[in-house]
Amino acid sequence: MHRNFIGATAMALALATTPLAAAELKVGSIVELSGPGAAAGVNFRDGVKMGFEEINAAGGVLGDPVRITEYDSQTDPQVSRAMVQKAIDDGVHVIAGTVFSSSTVVNMIVARRAGIPQFTGSEAPSITGMGNPYIFRSAFGSQKGIPKMARYMAEEMGVKKVAVVWANTEFGKGGYSAFKAEAANHGLEIVADIPTEQAQSDFSADVLKAKTSAADALFVYLTEEESARFLREARKQNIGKPMVGETTLIGHKVIELAGEAAEGAMGHVGLTPDADIPAMTDMVERFKKRFDYTPDHNAIKGFTTAHVIRCVAELVGSPDSQAIADKMHGLTLTVEECPGVLMDVSWDDTGEMSRESFFVEVKDGKQVVRAILPPN
Amino acid sequence: MAELIQILVSGLAAGSIYALAAVGFTLLWQASQTINFAQGEFVMLPAFFVLVGMNFLGLALWPAVFFALILSLLILGLAFKKLIVEPMLPHGTLPLVIATIALGLLMKESVKEFYGATAQPFPAVFPQKVYNVLGASVSVQDIGNLLVSMLAILGLQLFLSRTRTGRCMQASAQNPQVAEILGVDVKKMVLYTFLINAALATIASVLISPVYLAKFSNGETLGLVAFIAAIVGGFNQIRGALVGGLLIGVIDNLSAVYISAQYRSAVPMLLLIAIILFRPQGLLGTPEGRSV
Amino acid sequence: MNRTQIVLVLLGIAALVAAPLGQGNYIVYTLTSWLLFSIAAMGLNLTLGYAGQISLAQAGFMGIGAYVTALMTLAGVPWILAALSSIGSAFVVGLLLGYPALRVQHHFLAFVTLAFNTLLFLVLRNEEEITGGSFGLMGMERPTVFGISTDGNLNFYYFALVCFLVAAGIMWWILRSPWGRAFKALRENPIRAESLGLKVRRQTLLAFAIGSAFAGLAGALQSPLVQFIEPHSFALNHSLKILLMVVVGGAGFFFGPMLGAAVVILLPEVLRFTEGYYLIIYALLVIILMVYSPNGLIGLGQKLWSKLRPRHEARRDMDKGFQL
Repeated sequence: MHRNFIGATAMALALATTPLAAAELKVGSIVELSGPGAAAGVNFRDGVKMGFEEINAAGGVLGDPVRITEYDSQTDPQVSRAMVQKAIDDGVHVIAGTVFSSSTVVNMIVARRAGIPQFTGSEAPSITGMGNPYIFRSAFGSQKGIPKMARYMAEEMGVKKVAVVWANTEFGKGGYSAFKAEAANHGLEIVADIPTEQAQSDFSADVLKAKTSAADALFVYLTEEESARFLREARKQNIGKPMVGETTLIGHKVIELAGEAAEGAMGHVGLTPDADIPAMTDMVERFKKRFDYTPDHNAIKGFTTAHVIRCVAELVGSPDSQAIADKMHGLTLTVEECPGVLMDVSWDDTGEMSRESFFVEVKDGKQVVRAILPPN
Repeated sequence: MAELIQILVSGLAAGSIYALAAVGFTLLWQASQTINFAQGEFVMLPAFFVLVGMNFLGLALWPAVFFALILSLLILGLAFKKLIVEPMLPHGTLPLVIATIALGLLMKESVKEFYGATAQPFPAVFPQKVYNVLGASVSVQDIGNLLVSMLAILGLQLFLSRTRTGRCMQASAQNPQVAEILGVDVKKMVLYTFLINAALATIASVLISPVYLAKFSNGETLGLVAFIAAIVGGFNQIRGALVGGLLIGVIDNLSAVYISAQYRSAVPMLLLIAIILFRPQGLLGTPEGRSV
Repeated sequence: MNRTQIVLVLLGIAALVAAPLGQGNYIVYTLTSWLLFSIAAMGLNLTLGYAGQISLAQAGFMGIGAYVTALMTLAGVPWILAALSSIGSAFVVGLLLGYPALRVQHHFLAFVTLAFNTLLFLVLRNEEEITGGSFGLMGMERPTVFGISTDGNLNFYYFALVCFLVAAGIMWWILRSPWGRAFKALRENPIRAESLGLKVRRQTLLAFAIGSAFAGLAGALQSPLVQFIEPHSFALNHSLKILLMVVVGGAGFFFGPMLGAAVVILLPEVLRFTEGYYLIIYALLVIILMVYSPNGLIGLGQKLWSKLRPRHEARRDMDKGFQL
């Protein structure tokens, strides 16, 4: 409480001392609004949108309302590159997006050249491995979350043999490669390797292969909707093996879509409404009211990104792209000073983020926290 | 053994839906040389009519299905034929192909903008029971899909071959000029075909959405599969589309398990190429077809 | 060409040279995209508008071009050699694909190309050691021409413009040659053309392969433009997009594909004020256009023109030109 008060005072002082003439902060939200990535992109976009709507309603950033402009990357790397270029030509200070790694790896080059900080929703490990000083994550790269999971499977669950079900896309492939490397470290043997198609709807063959394999447990790395379909088929065929995955296996959207079939699925999540974080539960409720659908993890990424941008811009004191990018490296934002981040979070010099995370299991349609995993 | 039964049952259940879409596809082709690139979206859309009926009009499931059927008949049947196909028929096939590609895009984007970009849960139409048959899991849904589609297609066959209207429809498809001279109202018969396609799409949509979830982009794969099933089976035969659909369903599952999951979608394509090269009229098609 | 035409073409080229001057990077990049898709669409127009065959694999051929160029330039081969290999590969694959397909029945090319595009996507995605799989290939250098680097967007635009003009010139020459004229005869009256001794199947096959080679060139330009390629950029829906460009512009007209590519690439920009609805409006416009003017925008223009000047008769080649 005390710290909150100090934080608020500091913020008020910062606001008061900022000259009114300071240019407004312009944010370009460049996401997959059409094409195969639309579901993920729309969630991210709406998260960013809601974040800034609330920020603007509370007085904006540096005394001015933030101006967000939305661009559709059409889930096409070539178009995404054009859109980032356009946003930069339009004079944005910060970019939010894109979600699909295949787009991000291209358009981050353009943002880098222009010196514009970019907050991506992509989770592919390569993004932060290219020495780009302008890229920042809004969620862990898969090389961060997956070691936590592999360790948990090997040490806490006693798994020896595992079947890996993964989406054969840049998203799934990234997670799959990270898991394969970690599995070797923890003595997990991959006995069934099951790639699936993007937007696949019939998972009977995939479940059958996992079921008849010698695996003790499944590692499932699919996007939300495919996860729901997979869980339903797994329940139908009575798979009888524990299933472990990322947020995309046990998120709210998946529980809503898979219903009872999600019972017992386990996974690693960065943020969960059931982890005693009221701000998070609140955010999900407000989101549902505002957009009339259940947000998935991309929406949460978008929402926290809006708040990170706000807090960093206020720390810097001006909408200066270079200063914002410099400030981000090695920055830690706590919930006290920046409530919108929902959980304490920090970034290293590569733009990779880290924060506490949870290992949860779905019980009675809710995520139940089984372990709190420290930041790595 | 259990594994094989599982593959067969799942493959047939999925294949029966492909067959429904493929039959509609074939019908439109026969009646009006319409290659409907929006066929997948035709199957995607009625599920959203049902959801609108339930969530916004407060209807129960079955009244909502009826509501969706009426809307589909009006929009996917009547309006599609009157507003798009009819004025374009004299221009030949290509503009119509382009128009149906655009129509598919229109339907997809409209659902995304007005209903939502994410998948929606869809109520089950069959009891959620699963039985163990010789070690394979067989759900009531699987059997239901198979039975309902078979009955629908069988009923259609009987209607076309046994009733007067059905025979007039066939005559109009085979030789519109002669049919016209013989006093058949060809335009009306073509309209019937479009209405039947809309009805089949609605059935397929209601059967498939509880399993596949309702999503704006569901039509993309489905449309392609229906297209392949129709060509493989024989473009001028309803039975052909049926066999093509079931075959693709089973082959897809077989290849995912026994050949290569990475290349599972390649198998139907290779089958398509093989059929075109060695049996261009399709498995059950007759060489003469209809003159195009 | 008569004198007015020459003047018009020169004016057009001058406009293309002047277009990117003083524009932001985004506009320059988008104009370059347009040049590149115009080349691909021009090729498809030869297949579609002149030989009456629907190819649903134009994006696939672009993919062949893009991957060949990417792999070769990454290995240090100069762009020009890589581009020639791209064009050659697309041409050869076109021949290999078209030969059996056209042998069976002439409208089956559409189905075979559809299957081919899907198969190609799977190969590009799955054969990771060669193609980089889902992660694609990146870091292709933009070429240096006579010591001038095309690394900047404006320089690369002019580089693409030169390629575009060369491609357009070749297309113009093809269509004026006796061989190209045979196509018009074929399109206007296939039975008569055949009776005059035209080898219809061989003509059609060559047209398809040349059309595919144009896509190969477009792909060879796409690699250095985007500096990243991945399988999804060459999937079936992109082939449908190029098909849409040709028909919206006006299949069978020389300038149709360029107009169509401009519409498809620039329309989202023009309709930006409608926010999320631009694809809906775009789809509606295409449907309406097809209903009222199956000859595309150029056909529509001619229709209006002939209404003003009733002596001109609107062309009717579409009646016989296309069969699927």
